[in-house]
Amino acid sequence: MKKIKEVIFEPLFNNNPIALQILGICSALAVTTKMDKAIVMCLAVIAVTGLSNFFVSLIRTYIPSSIRIIVQMTIIASLVIVTDQILKAFVYDVAKEMSVFIGLIITNCIVMGRTEGYAMKNSPVMSFFDGIGNGVGYSLVLIFVALFRELFGSGKIMNTTILQPVNEGGWYPTNGMMLLAPSAFFLIGFFIWIIRIWKPDQVEEE
Amino acid sequence: MLAHHLSIFIKAAFIENLALSFFLGMCTFLAVSKKVSTAIGLGIAVIVVQLVTVPLNNLLYNFLLKEDALMWLGVQGIDLSFLGLICYIGVIGAMVQILEMSLDRYVPALYNALGIFLPLITVNCAILGASLFMVERDYSFIESVTFGLGSGVGWALAIMALAGIREKMKYSDVPDGLKGLGITFMVVGLMSLGFLAFSGIQL
Repeated sequence: MKKIKEVIFEPLFNNNPIALQILGICSALAVTTKMDKAIVMCLAVIAVTGLSNFFVSLIRTYIPSSIRIIVQMTIIASLVIVTDQILKAFVYDVAKEMSVFIGLIITNCIVMGRTEGYAMKNSPVMSFFDGIGNGVGYSLVLIFVALFRELFGSGKIMNTTILQPVNEGGWYPTNGMMLLAPSAFFLIGFFIWIIRIWKPDQVEEE
Repeated sequence: MLAHHLSIFIKAAFIENLALSFFLGMCTFLAVSKKVSTAIGLGIAVIVVQLVTVPLNNLLYNFLLKEDALMWLGVQGIDLSFLGLICYIGVIGAMVQILEMSLDRYVPALYNALGIFLPLITVNCAILGASLFMVERDYSFIESVTFGLGSGVGWALAIMALAGIREKMKYSDVPDGLKGLGITFMVVGLMSLGFLAFSGIQL
């Protein structure tokens, strides 16, 4: 039980997939302009990392090591297809807006990195929780970034107005840059900076 | 005709640069950009793979997966497009493998120069991303060749530029918490801001 807890909470700050392991930045940043998109993306990624870890771990003793990448890829791709179909069925509008980025979970390095690095060596249950933990660690960064981008970019959180924008008769001049690509990089840079001030042992030596 | 293709190329390479405006291939982009020489190797590998896989996936989509694509077999009303993702990633994996073996056989110099980066490309989201964009925008076969080339060139250009900046940055005094990954994100942010300057161009 204690070990499960450790596996889930370790990736949140101590070993965050984005801030420390440099995994899974690819398909993530473009979906952070709005909170609802970010949350859907997070749920999809948590489900895929958890389940793919579980299934890979389940058959880990049967996979010949020479073709393990292909086997893992097939499992991950099938799970992503299922996720994609479910999202298209239930939240069609959001899924449409996210266009190719759901599909890109396949090449999200977090999924591949965890199946290769953890699930191939550990029991199914532990792998499942490790996947969940890493998915949540990833979601943390995503939601942090999305919160700032949506709040300062359009004055809203989850489509509810918090800061009344000027063009709707309020007082807040919206910061258009927050909705553009560069702001996500700056925000993640700051996120990493904050974590490393808090946990100085993560600072890189050059 | 030529102008149309030129505009697809420019759009893919600069205006909608895969790395800097869609954040694709970021993991490799950040991890392998410490030295200019390796960045050039990886950039060339991406261009080659992009040029091969995007048109190939285009054929696959148009003749197998699209709704009613199986008409040439006399079968009607079958829509296999939900199988797209698994097919594209399979094609990419296989193509990278074939490319690796044929380079090893016929152009060993280039093979040695690319080294480990070639197999790594399979899990580069820029490659899969380009194929998915190609499907979403419904390009024809010839257009997909241009798009593949353009997006590859754009990505290569971005990683070479970043590697150049990071080599120079060794000499600057960065705050402790920002060293390494943090400052790289900031630099990529600034580069992306620079590339935004292209976004006003109408083609």
